[in-house]
Amino acid sequence: MLNNEIIKQKLTEKFPDQLTDWCEPYGMLTFTAPAPLNLKVLQFLYDDAELRFQFLTDLQAVHYPDSKGAELAVVYHLHNLVDNVRIRFKVFVDIEKPDVYSATALYRSANHMERETFDFYGVNFVGHPNLIRILNVEEMDYFPMRKQYPVEDQSRIDKDDEMFGRG
Amino acid sequence: MSEHILLPEGSIEKQTTTLNLGPTHPATHGVFQNVLELDGERILKSTSTIGYIHRAFEKIAERRPLYQITPLTDRLNYCSSPINNMGWHITCEKLLGLQIPKRVDYLRVIIMELSRISDHLICNSIVGVDSGAYTGFLYVMQYRELIYEIYEEICGSRLTTTIGRIGGFERNFTPAAFQKLEKFLKEYPGVLKEFENLFTRNRIFMDRTIGCGPIAADRALNYGFTGPNLRAAGVDYDVRIHTPYSSYEDFDFTIPVGTTGDCYDRFLVRNEEMWQSLSIIQQAYQKVQEFKGADAEVFHADAPAYYLPAKKDVYTKMEALIYHFKIVMGETEMPAGEVYSSIEAANGELGFYLVSDGGRTPYRLHFRRPCFIYYQAFEELVKGGMLSDAIITMSSLNLIAGEMDA
Repeated sequence: MLNNEIIKQKLTEKFPDQLTDWCEPYGMLTFTAPAPLNLKVLQFLYDDAELRFQFLTDLQAVHYPDSKGAELAVVYHLHNLVDNVRIRFKVFVDIEKPDVYSATALYRSANHMERETFDFYGVNFVGHPNLIRILNVEEMDYFPMRKQYPVEDQSRIDKDDEMFGRG
Repeated sequence: MSEHILLPEGSIEKQTTTLNLGPTHPATHGVFQNVLELDGERILKSTSTIGYIHRAFEKIAERRPLYQITPLTDRLNYCSSPINNMGWHITCEKLLGLQIPKRVDYLRVIIMELSRISDHLICNSIVGVDSGAYTGFLYVMQYRELIYEIYEEICGSRLTTTIGRIGGFERNFTPAAFQKLEKFLKEYPGVLKEFENLFTRNRIFMDRTIGCGPIAADRALNYGFTGPNLRAAGVDYDVRIHTPYSSYEDFDFTIPVGTTGDCYDRFLVRNEEMWQSLSIIQQAYQKVQEFKGADAEVFHADAPAYYLPAKKDVYTKMEALIYHFKIVMGETEMPAGEVYSSIEAANGELGFYLVSDGGRTPYRLHFRRPCFIYYQAFEELVKGGMLSDAIITMSSLNLIAGEMDA
């Protein structure tokens, strides 16, 4: 039966010293890979006869403005449907040069998810067939989910939110 | 041959037709657009545009305490809001590490399965409408109304329910709610049977839907299909079985699967799921009735820091007043961590990826919306087919604009 131990062992054999930050929050094996390796890791997880992570559950980004040089994290959630095991892995990229290889060749489902991630965080998925905005208007010239853009419109003066604890 | 014939510029024979299906076409049942390239009635190419009702829920959620995010989840798949609400509560409880009493789990199962029925009912009857049979749709609306009345009895609202709280429900189910549930359980099987009789072996309906918009199992998996649409293609993946939540492991039910993944199979899978849901509700109701005395009054977990205290206590007890204030003002810190939790929503795996830095609001919240992910297969599903097939393919995928755009 496939478990987190075996997955970790197989991955460290294949990519010695390259995968870091192993942890298991709420039981889900999580690790970090160097950004240029993301497709190699995905391919290995997909092809290996024992691992068989052939279902891409989710793909999204998180913005950490304080970690210089690795501001954007792209997070993959993969699922092995045969053994019913899920894993999560992340790659961190510099916000100035947010290039990550696209997973569309492996998973068709990555198409919309990568477009969404590009739309909101500006992650440039290299090799994506149609990397354009998906939910926002095409004319938008910034990536709204980045942390520097506040939720409330700061230029408005007709609203006083101080009474509600979010001034 | 044809390339040797020189046709004058702009002549009709040389052109294919471009048709805008949507954003406000009645057949899209929601706000999204499909630009179809037609050769006669055959579809050569389809390009979809979504995002017309994008409301930036993920951004808003970064500035809201957990309990204020529940109303946002209502508006994802608005045909079955209670499932989304429960999914969100379960995610929060997983992050906070709360223990939920069994009775609450069973009550939740009743609500979730009721909304699964109401969602499938809409989807299947809409497939009927789009293939020319309006009768079924009008007939079953009356029984969706019964489900909405049950919601109303429990939480006061009908469509965007915000039902339940983190830790349980806001109040116990009233006797009237159980009466309404009993009425539904008594009347609905006959209705579903009749609805089935109208469609399942109807020659016209079968000819219209068999072989229409099919997808093979491997393609469906690669496209990230989940839920009834994946099961219609023959993959028995169901979150309720694979990662049981809310005590689904206590129930006895089967997962129907199809073979070809066409509109007819999707219809049949949804139909059978309604029967299974009905059986789950009956089992859950029986289990709920087995609680006697004080156990029968349990409707929430003991989590004072996150569950609003009763108003009576707020006015008479200091501690309750403090918790009430902290919760309402959103001043409760949550533990740091990251959690992915998913439930089987009516359309498939609805996932919540919640990253917390230990603050009062999520650092990052992502909704895995099943609709958004499987909609990308639409172009492939309709290519080479007839325009009218595209319409029923669209309705049998159960595309909900709110869920796609978030």
